[in-house]
Amino acid sequence: MCGIVGLFLKDPKLEPELGRLMTAMLGVLCDRGPDSAGFAVFGPGAAGMVKLTLRGAENTDFPAVVQKLSQALGVEIATQGRHTHGILTLPADREADLRMALRTLAPDLTVVGAGQRMELYKEVGRPDLVASRFGLDRMSGTHGIGHTRMATESAVTTDGAHPFSTGLDQCLVHNGSLSNHNAVRRNLLREGLEFATDNDSEVAAGYLTARMHKGASLRQALTDALSDLDGFYTFVVGTESGFGVLRDPIACKPAVMAETERYVAFGSEYRALVDLPDIDNARIWEPEPATIYFWERPN
Amino acid sequence: MTSGDRTHVVDLASTPLRQLNSALHRLRPDTNQTLWRIANPRGSHSVAVGVDAPITIEIDGHVGYYCAGMNKNATVVVNGNAGVGVAENIMSGTVHVKGDASQSAGATGCGGTLVIDGNASARCGISMKGVDIVVKGNVGHMSAFMAQAGTLAVLGDAGESLGDSIYEARLYVRGAVQGLGADCIEKPMTDHHKAKLARKLAAAGLAGAIDVSQFRRYGSARRLYHFHVDNVY
Repeated sequence: MCGIVGLFLKDPKLEPELGRLMTAMLGVLCDRGPDSAGFAVFGPGAAGMVKLTLRGAENTDFPAVVQKLSQALGVEIATQGRHTHGILTLPADREADLRMALRTLAPDLTVVGAGQRMELYKEVGRPDLVASRFGLDRMSGTHGIGHTRMATESAVTTDGAHPFSTGLDQCLVHNGSLSNHNAVRRNLLREGLEFATDNDSEVAAGYLTARMHKGASLRQALTDALSDLDGFYTFVVGTESGFGVLRDPIACKPAVMAETERYVAFGSEYRALVDLPDIDNARIWEPEPATIYFWERPN
Repeated sequence: MTSGDRTHVVDLASTPLRQLNSALHRLRPDTNQTLWRIANPRGSHSVAVGVDAPITIEIDGHVGYYCAGMNKNATVVVNGNAGVGVAENIMSGTVHVKGDASQSAGATGCGGTLVIDGNASARCGISMKGVDIVVKGNVGHMSAFMAQAGTLAVLGDAGESLGDSIYEARLYVRGAVQGLGADCIEKPMTDHHKAKLARKLAAAGLAGAIDVSQFRRYGSARRLYHFHVDNVY
């Protein structure tokens, strides 16, 4: 089962509403995936800076951790804690140093995503409650993707929840199940990738990451996925500049899209889209199988 | 729920879906509550499923999965799009989708008529057993998969593997067919078939509107009916 959503805003006036609109979309899809939930939001960012999303235990004192990291690195780090996650913002050229320092100073924290604008949150629990714990309804941004999970391929853990980061400012949510993920994972391990779970969707994310590291564009990586990934999938991917949709050639998993002059939206079912502004006048269609859809913000 | 003598108006924004469906299930064949209007379906699943009464139900908006499933005798009109499995296992009556239909429209339908004004996506008419389906737009891949009886008429194009593993259903396509499935072949379009297709289109409200000579007919080669030792791996 699982439910996935995506919302890409064309009208900047809607940006303060992004989180509120996504909250409604995720909440409707609780019954498609009550195990866990997650979402990535592309919010404000500054050139030359990187935002790292860290995940820790429920009582993690992010300001204290950041103070230690800041002293060790000799750099100012801005922080914002949201439930079990903390967003650390620092100069992009110090990201590697921070990741190194985390291993010794805060080994219990996990980096779940990084980018100039992307923040990524995920947790076990009912999706509407997860969204509420992180305060999704108060977040703003240009676009975002989200997922409600009904686990089939691996355990119900936060690591197994979506989205999965596929690189800087890149993330993926998946509805379906891959049948060749073990073989693909073995190949990717040989190429040096690391995996935190037995989850098939993490393999899909790793696959796209590996393709793009070798120079492929996201569109090319998704095209390659059509021949290399076997099984059922509807992917929604988010990047700094836009979001894309790909369904497997059999189109096993449901998908509905809506587009108006103000936004493009994706939902596993139309129900997820009903509260979007002016939805009654949106163009609504079912994305074609084995076809890559992509929307990008103008530069 | 508000009602006049014959018309019931049900707003699903305020009436639970189960209450609506229960009310529809209680209707007797001689009911005088013959017209129902449903507002605000908001993509709900299973709207007007299992109806068995000679009534008309008009749904204003998009519906979710399995709308009008198992329909018997009723006429169900969807003024919007329909999700997966609209009119699945329809027994009789008519289901008319004014917009597009998602996957598996009319799946396993045993009788009656399903009309889709827009496109139907993959597996339209999968395992159909007697239903007549008319799609004014295109149908997706694997349509009429394992179709056993009935008619699928497509005014637009058909996707890959049309009629895969088909038994005895009749398929008529006016546009391009991307590919035929296993054991599905093109067959001659005789005057007999043109007359039959014209009757089916007329039942779908298209009397005289379509030139039936523009259609090509597809059906079973009947090569999968019997065991062939050559097919053993």
